[in-house]
Amino acid sequence: MSSVRVFDLAHSRTGDKGNTSNISVICYDDRDWDFLQRELTETRVLEAYKLIAKGPVKRHEIRNLKAFNFVLENALGGGVTISLAQDIHGKSLCNVMLAIELPGYPGRK
Amino acid sequence: MSRTKSLRVGSGAGTSDDRMVPALELAQRGDIDYLVFECLAERTVARENQSRVKDPEKGYTPSLHERLRMVLPTCMEKGIRIVSNMGAANPIGGARAARREAKDLGLGDMPVAVVLGDDVIDIVRTMPQLTLMENGEPLESLLPKLASANAYLGADLVSAALDRGTPMVMTGRVADPSLFLAPMMHEFRWSYDDYAKLAQGTAAGHLLECTASVTGGCFGWPGVKDVPDLADNGYPFADVTPDGGIVISKTPGSGGLLNVMTCTEQLIYEMHDPRAYITPDCVLDITELKFTQEAADRVRVERARARPRTDTLKVTVGYADGYIGEGEVSYGGIGAVARAKWAAEIIQERLRRRGFTYEDFRVDLIGMTSLHGDNGSRPEPYEVRLRLAGRAQDRKAAYAVGFETRAMHMHGPGGSGGACEPRVKDVLAVKSVLLPRHFVKTEIIVEGGK
Repeated sequence: MSSVRVFDLAHSRTGDKGNTSNISVICYDDRDWDFLQRELTETRVLEAYKLIAKGPVKRHEIRNLKAFNFVLENALGGGVTISLAQDIHGKSLCNVMLAIELPGYPGRK
Repeated sequence: MSRTKSLRVGSGAGTSDDRMVPALELAQRGDIDYLVFECLAERTVARENQSRVKDPEKGYTPSLHERLRMVLPTCMEKGIRIVSNMGAANPIGGARAARREAKDLGLGDMPVAVVLGDDVIDIVRTMPQLTLMENGEPLESLLPKLASANAYLGADLVSAALDRGTPMVMTGRVADPSLFLAPMMHEFRWSYDDYAKLAQGTAAGHLLECTASVTGGCFGWPGVKDVPDLADNGYPFADVTPDGGIVISKTPGSGGLLNVMTCTEQLIYEMHDPRAYITPDCVLDITELKFTQEAADRVRVERARARPRTDTLKVTVGYADGYIGEGEVSYGGIGAVARAKWAAEIIQERLRRRGFTYEDFRVDLIGMTSLHGDNGSRPEPYEVRLRLAGRAQDRKAAYAVGFETRAMHMHGPGGSGGACEPRVKDVLAVKSVLLPRHFVKTEIIVEGGK
């Protein structure tokens, strides 16, 4: 049992609509899905994005694609058209997800 | 008569600034029947509406000329039909511009079918009670500064325009996946009762609508997700059978990668609830969808599902909302970050003393905090670029941000360099409302031809 980064188990891409960001988490290996379902909670994700997004955060499970979709509200500085950020679309935000460390990884069985 | 053999629909652009050569290569080597150019972002129509106000001939996507000049000879020679929303705020103007390009290329009198009716500004002006989806407030508050209002039209209208038989169909705002679904509906005579087929076609459209984002672009990561010859990544197409069978592939001999991983990333992209991806054509559900790698760079899509389309169309309203001003300057070497932070304080103090106020203001240390915020423990880089940005209704206030940042060369901490010229851009904000379908009056006309 050791800690693991989301990066080690999954890949990710960010999309945007208005002031909402959606960030996918897609397992490389189907066997990691249950661990991510247990540990990569909405609370943990909102905590990781607290400097960026006000939330709320909603997690959608897409089991058939061994994936999750996290929808972060109030995440893009008011939206692409009025945001003062350099990355107005938030396209780089998936990298925050990938850096999240999760405890108690049991390994693939 | 509906088509019995398989159909190949290619993707030639996913934004108005998309790369152009891969679209030509797809037309030349991809053996495609249709080439779709999706060129409108959320606020693009609002911006092009302003161009049309200045010049009634303009208002279509400015890159239309260069794009069509490149692909038209090949498409006309091979009989590839073009579908595009490059009409933006002026679909008739876009059609006329396309016809001029065809004529100048020696391709003769090319008729273009035009889809009209997405511009609903006159309709929503009379409906101040419509609710803004973003904040629940009535549309009324935005009406005085409204610059545009465009409904996302569906595939049915584009399919009806294709029925006119022209080599090209030009539209304004149409939902991105609908542009790709339209040739399938047109060729196979799919109806709005064929939910399984609409679902498959919509999923295919969503996979294709960002061109290279499904062929290794926005994906590659050295050592983890390697992509071969990403420099030459090809654009995708869908092979579609009359029963809704879909295989996604890309230009033969091109670089890039198309596999289950790239398809999964692109499918979830810009989606919220995977059970309810709402387009004008259906409500797509991907929670049983299955990808299968059939061969190198060929992925089969199965079991997309859909529910009936909703009674409303989403309308994006654009409105002028002040200005954003920006400035940047760099610091390097010993104490670079401390000097940059001091400079930021000085600039903000000067703006305050000059009496400027901002609705929103932001200080970025590029290299440390600009993308993901300042958690107080980012490692200090050797060099840092300071960026300040402010939004204000007063253009002078916006300009002053860049002006005072540039002044750091002579009036700030020691050893700054490379300040940029002050930048000011007009803010065209967008919000959305839902408009009952029956208010939208659509029409298809043909420019040119007999």
